[in-house]
Amino acid sequence: MMSQLIPLPVALPLLAAAVCLVLYRVGWAQRLLAVSTLVATVAISASLVVSVRADGIGVADLGGWPAPLGITLVADLLSVVLLVVAAVTLLAVHIYAMGHRDAREQSAFFHPLYLILTAGVAASLLSGDLFNLFVAFEVMLISSYALLTLGGTRAQVRAGMTYVVISLVASALFVTAVAFLYAATGTVNMAQLAERVGDLDPALATTLGLVLLVVFGVKAAIFPLFFWLPDAYPTAAAPITAVFAGLLTKVGVYAIIRTQTLIFPHDGPSPMLLWLAALTMAIGVLGAIAQNDVKRLLSFHIVSQIGYMIFGVALFTAGGVAAAIFYTANQMVVKTSLFLVAGTVEDATGTGRIKQLGGMLHRAPLLAALFAISAMSLAGIPPFSGFVAKLAVITEGAAANAWAVVAVSLAVSVCTLFSMTKVWNGVFWGSPEASTVRAGALRSDGLHVRTPTLMVVGTVLLVGVGVALSVGAGPAYDMVVDAGEQLTARAPYIEAVLR
Amino acid sequence: MTLVLIVTIGVLYGIGTWLLQQRTLTRLILGIIVLGHGANLLLLLSGGHPGLPPIVGEFDDPATASDPLPQALALTAIVISFGVTAFLLALAYRSWQLTRNDEVEDDLEDRRIALGRGDGIDDDFTDASATVPGAGDPRQEGP
Repeated sequence: MMSQLIPLPVALPLLAAAVCLVLYRVGWAQRLLAVSTLVATVAISASLVVSVRADGIGVADLGGWPAPLGITLVADLLSVVLLVVAAVTLLAVHIYAMGHRDAREQSAFFHPLYLILTAGVAASLLSGDLFNLFVAFEVMLISSYALLTLGGTRAQVRAGMTYVVISLVASALFVTAVAFLYAATGTVNMAQLAERVGDLDPALATTLGLVLLVVFGVKAAIFPLFFWLPDAYPTAAAPITAVFAGLLTKVGVYAIIRTQTLIFPHDGPSPMLLWLAALTMAIGVLGAIAQNDVKRLLSFHIVSQIGYMIFGVALFTAGGVAAAIFYTANQMVVKTSLFLVAGTVEDATGTGRIKQLGGMLHRAPLLAALFAISAMSLAGIPPFSGFVAKLAVITEGAAANAWAVVAVSLAVSVCTLFSMTKVWNGVFWGSPEASTVRAGALRSDGLHVRTPTLMVVGTVLLVGVGVALSVGAGPAYDMVVDAGEQLTARAPYIEAVLR
Repeated sequence: MTLVLIVTIGVLYGIGTWLLQQRTLTRLILGIIVLGHGANLLLLLSGGHPGLPPIVGEFDDPATASDPLPQALALTAIVISFGVTAFLLALAYRSWQLTRNDEVEDDLEDRRIALGRGDGIDDDFTDASATVPGAGDPRQEGP
């Protein structure tokens, strides 16, 4: 039963994207098809979580070719946990996008591209061999290139060029790494690589591991490979920035977790990764503090938060990896919510510059509440899920005696709170007159601004998921602990794939 | 035969990397293409020695046949780089339409913040520091 379900999160959106392209003149049909496909993807992902919890790792050999030869999709706990969170995020952002002006105007191509992005994300998370992971990454990235530059404005083309070129260099490096790994081991299947890389000369294995780390480091935006991100993301339309912020870098983090734990395991904490994590956190947050534009500020926070995830992976303990997974899942939801709120504010006021904003608490109280919940979760204030995630990472770091990085992560946490306060003060507090308002966005009472219903529904849905993650943190954390143990044990994955 | 391939791959990677460091978009795109060709050839080379076509009936001893998998991988990679190149050319053309210039542009917001000329909430402070002699003009800082 389960092995039939596994290809669906990839196949269904791809098929729907094709139909969507045919229907490019029929807007309502496109929207209906896209939403129902995304709802189905959420349902399938959720049922995959249930069945992986019950029956263990699921494997689907496409075309009936057995594991080391054919294309294999593997659904282990790490994959399905991130898949279900990603699917919910994609659905919420899609609902939001249907209410957003830019996305509506460009909807003929927006919906098909969005569905291809969904398929790419799902394929990256489920892929069981390294070359297939490359293809899945490309599917995801090519749709993201098109989405980013969909408006064709000068800023988008300029930022898009940097983004596309840097991603392509990383892709060329990815092909290089696959070629070297195949020449050394004779396989691209990840389970078989896990068995064979151990027999290689340690120096060669380390080199190959480093090349892959650089490849995924560019996608995940870890220090020093993050510079393209704060430039590229803010120029796209709000829903597109939100979904990139929530998912693309996190898929890079997923690839780092997968390859580092399965193929290149390390005995005890890896000092290099620990320092990269600390630098990513610190430099990201310092960059954020200096920004004057809400979307740019949040973009630097993406980088900073990636550091915490790498910190968890760098410990190479079951607990550390579990904390990294929880942190990644939580960030997908929280970071996307923040971008959705910022996008709604920008829609109502016509600007994202902190200096020109103010008093949004009076003009849109619901938005202020949604921002406050997400911002506190980002900064790690109890009782929100961000607190659970941060506490888990820091506890595991302390248990592994990585005190220096623990200190850095606590300091970065304070800085995160500081820059969130800067946004809160500048955008939500103050007198309503301090803010510009886009023509036609003001309600008849002269105070409140119009916020398109679908945009609010999408944001509330996603913030609700974040709150649910806080309330249900206990069971959710138990699940990622199991995922961490499954990953660090390695044998369950290898046995499930190669039988 | 293989040595020729190895040298070719090295040259392609070298030229590709050099072209990528240019500020002209056309050269940048050529760099991506050349680098991609190098990577695809490397993929082809990773299958080991050349041999007979890997078709059942064409060879007696499997050791004399060439490895089909890297060829399949290289074909996939070629198709991907073909699509991406088309997109890049379209993007570069759009960039030329908008700016009439074939150069990679700077991120202006970045420059503004680096010079303390942002419009943040502490503007009074940063505006004062921006007038300090030596703060420099963004246009004077060449690439």
